[in-house]
Amino acid sequence: MSALTALFLRDMRLAVRIGGGAMMGVLFFLIVVTVFPFAVGPDLNLLSRIGPAVLWLGALLASLLGLDRLFEADRDDGALDLLVMSGRPLELVVVVKCLAHWTATGLPLVLATPFFALFLALEPKAILATMATLAVGTPALTLLGAIGAGLTVSLRRGGLLLAILVLPFTIPVLIFGVSAAGAAAVEGASFLTPFLLLSAMSLACLALAPFAAAAALRAGLD
Amino acid sequence: MLKSVTDLANPTRFLAFTAKALPVLVGLTLALFAVGLYGALVLAPPDYQQGETVKIMFIHVPAAWLSMFTYGLMTVSALGTLVWRHPLADVAARAAAPIGAAFTFLALVTGSLWGKPMWGTWWIWDARLTSVLILFIMYLGLLALWRTVEEPTRAAKLAAILILVGSVNLPIIKFSVDWWNTLHQPASVFRMDGPTIDGSMLWPLLVMALAFTALMLTLHLMAMRNEILRRRVRSLGLAAAGGVA
Amino acid sequence: MTASVSAADPARANGLVVEDLTVVRGGRRVLEAVAFALAPRGEAGAALVVTGPNGVGKSTLLRAVAGLAAVDSGRIRLGFADGVAEGAEAAAACHYLGHRDAIKSALTVAENLAFWRDFLAPPAAGRNRGLGDLSIDAALDAAGLLDLADLPAGLLSAGQRRRLSIARLLVVRRPVWLMDEPTSALDRASEARLTGLMRRHVDGGGLILAATHLPIDVPDAAELRLAPAPPPDADDFSDGMPA
Repeated sequence: MSALTALFLRDMRLAVRIGGGAMMGVLFFLIVVTVFPFAVGPDLNLLSRIGPAVLWLGALLASLLGLDRLFEADRDDGALDLLVMSGRPLELVVVVKCLAHWTATGLPLVLATPFFALFLALEPKAILATMATLAVGTPALTLLGAIGAGLTVSLRRGGLLLAILVLPFTIPVLIFGVSAAGAAAVEGASFLTPFLLLSAMSLACLALAPFAAAAALRAGLD
Repeated sequence: MLKSVTDLANPTRFLAFTAKALPVLVGLTLALFAVGLYGALVLAPPDYQQGETVKIMFIHVPAAWLSMFTYGLMTVSALGTLVWRHPLADVAARAAAPIGAAFTFLALVTGSLWGKPMWGTWWIWDARLTSVLILFIMYLGLLALWRTVEEPTRAAKLAAILILVGSVNLPIIKFSVDWWNTLHQPASVFRMDGPTIDGSMLWPLLVMALAFTALMLTLHLMAMRNEILRRRVRSLGLAAAGGVA
Repeated sequence: MTASVSAADPARANGLVVEDLTVVRGGRRVLEAVAFALAPRGEAGAALVVTGPNGVGKSTLLRAVAGLAAVDSGRIRLGFADGVAEGAEAAAACHYLGHRDAIKSALTVAENLAFWRDFLAPPAAGRNRGLGDLSIDAALDAAGLLDLADLPAGLLSAGQRRRLSIARLLVVRRPVWLMDEPTSALDRASEARLTGLMRRHVDGGGLILAATHLPIDVPDAAELRLAPAPPPDADDFSDGMPA
């Protein structure tokens, strides 16, 4: 078995066995979606218009929720030291850990989207568009979050700081994600342009974020 | 007084150099402000549409320029920290951050003050204003990171990484916010500073921009001196503790 | 903390060669110009025990060699007949046994071990030196944990966790063992088992750099005694930057 597969499987096992990371994220997502109509009123027309935005906000917050633990658990028990001196490129370790984290927490959000979209009276077309944008966009959120997780790994209670540092960087992802998702609901709006920009952003994050996160992890060693 | 740029790498020589340079800079700043403010407030005519409120521009636009200039300076410092491990690079970045945040805040406040008579509201989600707001949040995030990480060397590296990530992201954020803005707002949005600007307004604006830059450099050198002295005090404290583990 | 055991071989690293190692942490010089060489004696390896009072930098020295502490100056090289490595590559030829055990409570004892066997890369130099490449069962047996293989690691006692992290050193062969207080939390029988393993590692050509304040029973181990540094230079500009 290759080293990176072993790391992926280990992280997946841990995600499944401890704390039900996936469940927590989906539950949080559900609660955000539920709370929104109480704030804006139960008007289904309004909800179906802002539905994609609500789902995206819920997914954004739910993605950030568990990210502070991305490297923290490994740091607390000393495994991070061994990962660093393992002889494997730390950048790839970051990518694999992000992939495992996304599979455990991001993917369930994407899969839960159609059900939650029903609460917001979304049309089938809009549901599909929202799912597609979340599937393409949430990996970017995880990768950006990994930078924040790397920067705050040496801090106690770094979760809030992580959100403060990372949220500004997620604005472009949010903009293009919501634009593409909402395009289905608006006459004459283009889905493809923002969707392609969103995909480009995810790929750029995949190419660049691991280097920043790995550099932050190295700087945070003591 | 200064043989080469590399001399500045040495904190002691840097302090000696800035002790001589600062009075000159302060004088230059004051002179530029005197000329700029006279030109802006007295000589420049009121706008035929906006009246006297257009004069907020003479503070607002230079402050907005400086908010980006300062971030650029911090990006160079961050490279200095990470690539060349320049001893003063972290001092420079750290001293610049609060100044940059202050200029960004000034740009936001004056933008808001300008917006009230122009748009009838304190805030609109204009692409420019929104980008500046995000820049402001990023400054505050950086300051928060510096405050939270206790170990100075580690704080320096982490902040430098965040600054670089931010400088890669800023153009993307700017682009996406512009895109978002045109999507949601028709082109009827009032343009704050169109390309056509009368010469009688342009030269005071440029002088004010220079004055702000001189002010920024003055404040930055002062803040760097303070930061160096603060670190010396810390070293002395460690020495007084005797290095006893 | 100035110390030196023997002069470094200038031509080509033979074994673990540390030169002029300085580590500054928070404006304090934790290690200053530490130099030593830990050379194998022919087919057999060698051991070096780092001693000194608390806070003298023993752990930092080990972490610096492991590439886990930012080094302000100095050079760390590792050389054997089959290659030379420096810096991060040298660190990747070391096993590190630190205070934290890197054990995941939610995985079983065997799963913990299997992960590190699959994940750790083979060393760039000294590929056939020392003890290692044991099967999971053999490593667990050597650590006295074979009966507990399928138990979640969270149920282990402190001593058993320590033994599990020792078993990690046995599943991948790496020529250098960096051991920080290796006998802590171990009872007498486990300690004897550990020194037996260390002896086998050295007999097989491996190197051991151990930090301890307790006497440890490794034959022919040289001693590197770290002494407290003089108080820091008052004019020292922050964090080792020269004034």
